[in-house]
Amino acid sequence: MKTVLPAPDISRAIVRIAHEILERYDGADSITLLGIPTRGAHLATRIAAAINAIEGGQVAVGTLDTTMHRDDLRTRSPKALLPTLIPTAGVEGRHVVLVDDVLFSGRTIRAALDALGEIGRPTSVSLAVLVDRGHRELPIKADFVGKNIPTSRSEIIKVNLVEVDGTDEVTIAEGGVK
Amino acid sequence: MKHLLSINDLSRDESILILDTAAELARISDGPMKKLPTLRGRTIVNLFAEDSTRTRISFEAAAKRLSADVINFSAKGSSLSKGESLKDTAQTLQAMGADAVVIRHPASGAPFRLADNQWMSGAVINAGDGTHEHPSQALLDAYTIRKHLGKGAKDLAGLRVAIVGDILHSRVARSNVLLLTKLGAHVTLVAPPTLLPFGVDSWPVIISYDLDSVIPQVDAIMMLRIQQERMHEIFFPSAREYSRYFGLNRDRINALNPNAIIMHPGPMNRGLEITADAADSARSVIVEQVSNGVSVRMAILYLLLGGAPIEGGIN
Amino acid sequence: MSYLLKNATMPNGSKADLAIHDSHFVAVSSLPKDHQVIDLAGKQVLPGLVDLHTHLREPGFEESETVATGSLSAVRGGFTAISAMANTSPVADTAGVVEQVYRLGQAAGLCDVFPIGAVTEGLNGQTLSEIGAMADSAARVRVFSDDGKCVFDPLIMRRALEYVKKFDGVIAQHAQEPTLTQDAQMNEGAMSAQLGLKGWPAVAEEAIIARDVLLAEHTKSRLHICHLTTAGGVEIIRWAKARGIQVTAEVTPHHLLLTDDYAKNYDPIFKVNPPLRLESDVLALRAGLADGTIDIVATDHAPHSSESKDCEWSVASFGMVGLETALSIVIKTMVETGAMNYEAVAQRLSIAPARIARYENHGQVLEVGSVANLTVVDTAAKWVVDRDLMSTRSKNTPFHGFELPGVVTHTFFSGKLVFGG
Ligand SMILES: [Zn+2]
Repeated sequence: MKTVLPAPDISRAIVRIAHEILERYDGADSITLLGIPTRGAHLATRIAAAINAIEGGQVAVGTLDTTMHRDDLRTRSPKALLPTLIPTAGVEGRHVVLVDDVLFSGRTIRAALDALGEIGRPTSVSLAVLVDRGHRELPIKADFVGKNIPTSRSEIIKVNLVEVDGTDEVTIAEGGVK
Repeated sequence: MKHLLSINDLSRDESILILDTAAELARISDGPMKKLPTLRGRTIVNLFAEDSTRTRISFEAAAKRLSADVINFSAKGSSLSKGESLKDTAQTLQAMGADAVVIRHPASGAPFRLADNQWMSGAVINAGDGTHEHPSQALLDAYTIRKHLGKGAKDLAGLRVAIVGDILHSRVARSNVLLLTKLGAHVTLVAPPTLLPFGVDSWPVIISYDLDSVIPQVDAIMMLRIQQERMHEIFFPSAREYSRYFGLNRDRINALNPNAIIMHPGPMNRGLEITADAADSARSVIVEQVSNGVSVRMAILYLLLGGAPIEGGIN
Repeated sequence: MSYLLKNATMPNGSKADLAIHDSHFVAVSSLPKDHQVIDLAGKQVLPGLVDLHTHLREPGFEESETVATGSLSAVRGGFTAISAMANTSPVADTAGVVEQVYRLGQAAGLCDVFPIGAVTEGLNGQTLSEIGAMADSAARVRVFSDDGKCVFDPLIMRRALEYVKKFDGVIAQHAQEPTLTQDAQMNEGAMSAQLGLKGWPAVAEEAIIARDVLLAEHTKSRLHICHLTTAGGVEIIRWAKARGIQVTAEVTPHHLLLTDDYAKNYDPIFKVNPPLRLESDVLALRAGLADGTIDIVATDHAPHSSESKDCEWSVASFGMVGLETALSIVIKTMVETGAMNYEAVAQRLSIAPARIARYENHGQVLEVGSVANLTVVDTAAKWVVDRDLMSTRSKNTPFHGFELPGVVTHTFFSGKLVFGG
């Protein structure tokens, strides 16, 4: 197991993503950040904090659970639901930025897009991820990427965040470890 | 968990998972998402061999919000009252590829027979069997109590609940005793001695014959329906005497704790076990129980059917 | 045919050779030369078993059992005499029906089939059937019972007890107070409370037993209590016997082993009348059987079609088959626990039932001059009950899959080897 993104790099990546988002949408007013629980939600909160630090104000931030929209439900035992918290402004007419920790097959994002479709019709939807590790199974790409980390399919990428794991770091390990 | 036949099928943690899932489902279906695709392509049969429009509609709404296909099979008055055709029906449902059967049946234990693997392989959900159990009702009752009185706790530890009325014939009472005590509540059963089952002393509850002494002590009071036919079976002398000793009226409401809630699984006999002003009082959560029922049943369907098919028998 | 049975273990534990010629035991020296020798080293012999409580379903319900299939089931279980209960269709309440059943038994030729006559017409509980005519018929009925139903009316019960004194008969009562057991499904207790099945209180059985021993005392007649199931019932019988009342009592094998815990998954294979009771009742029944308060074990063999058990509990039929497992259950519950020896087994399963019913050719001492009704058991062997391998026409045994001790290897009826060998 080795660290591919230490804590300072994570912080820098978050700030950079915040700047890129602001640049793309010309300010924070029309943006709604929706983090995908668990770690995506914490990243969304941090990006929101970074945006607020730059802009002043309060960017809209919430969470979007994809559990009930996944296409692999029947391959595993049912999971507990995680919170979906849509900011009061809703998604209608907003630039929604989905936030997740790792982009891999793209299936979680597809489920998130389906879930979002049930909620309303945003003006646009984009995607921010801390790590893009490749191996897409769907035509999905991230708009804002903390770091591209080429991996083999069997390797395991683990994002640790202080809020959940007590530490900030991204590690990579060989797969197939017992 | 493959079937939900009895509250005994659930551990404490599984019960809490159902309540938590229901809470989240209630939030998202009250808010952003009315319909979820989770059970698309799955077939749920409502097999109702006994009238219960409200339970059937509740399960149907839950299944449809999860995008399942619903088939209503109402067997009242048909030959389903004879045993052999319950087996035949089960095999028919199996042939139709039912992923789950929600069964309401007048015979205690009928869902257990349906879950017999030689009859059919789908999940069986007990929606009320005879005088045995009604697990989804107990789960929605626990959900309602937790929501109002839980103060954010996962379980019902320390809460005091009275269940009042025809305990002997009540499947709601049996399931609630099992579930509420599993979640840490203190349950008191209040009934005339004729309407308590022989053997009730082995249940983890307090027994009382005196409603007035119990009323000030509880956080929630659940009134059970008295069925008209019980009056012909000499369980108590008259409806008037029953109401006088075991009915919830204005005086008794006034003796309740300020925060206590009033519950009833419905349908109510207004004027018998509960007066109209009690049913409609501000403390009554009876209407809310109905809407909570849909969320709880969505949670049950999701947790039973939302995952990979499970091989083998009862949990 | 003649047989020399060598090295048999007798009921009292001694070793002996037994010689059979034609229908009787004879001296070994008087056997003809062409006899067959069977070595019974290590095997237990018992006088041919006698069942006082068998439902054969013929006439009327032949798809569940016939006299012939029931007879085959009986001899596989070691029985040489069985007693056909009266609740057939038509009911055995006339000389015609009891003679028909008796003749069907003779035609099957495997064991004696003694009909039991109904106490009341059509088991209606209201008018005495032609008890005298049945007693005088070719079937020579001595036991009368409305089994399945209780003779509830105390006046009818009194008259019946009085009437059978004329020919030394006995009334076998199915003790079940009907109003306390309306729609009852299982023992009333913690388990029925949990399962939401209507309870069948012990008092409903004990109240009738108490009433009837007092009636038997008053009429100075013979009363037999069918299938005792409660500790309280055992106490009442013990009290009545101490008073000198002419009462006898039976227990079924299933009530010696099973409790109402078996109902917990609602499998109606465990639904039986009277119901399975509590562990404390089981222990009281065993103690009562061991000390002789309970005189006999009777099977209450009650065959039912699979449809009537493959359904919800509350609509399923009451009853279990039992002829082929009875002796094994008694060995398991009474002998292996040290409560009884084989001399007592011979008493409870052969000698006492034959005496109660006045079956003169049965329950005799195994000695020269007696009728050669004999059961041979390999008591050391074990077997696994398989409902598909039984001889009874019905599969409703609660013991499917149970491993039980004691394998019946031979049954001799009136000197004929009717099973085994
Ligand atoms: Zn009987």
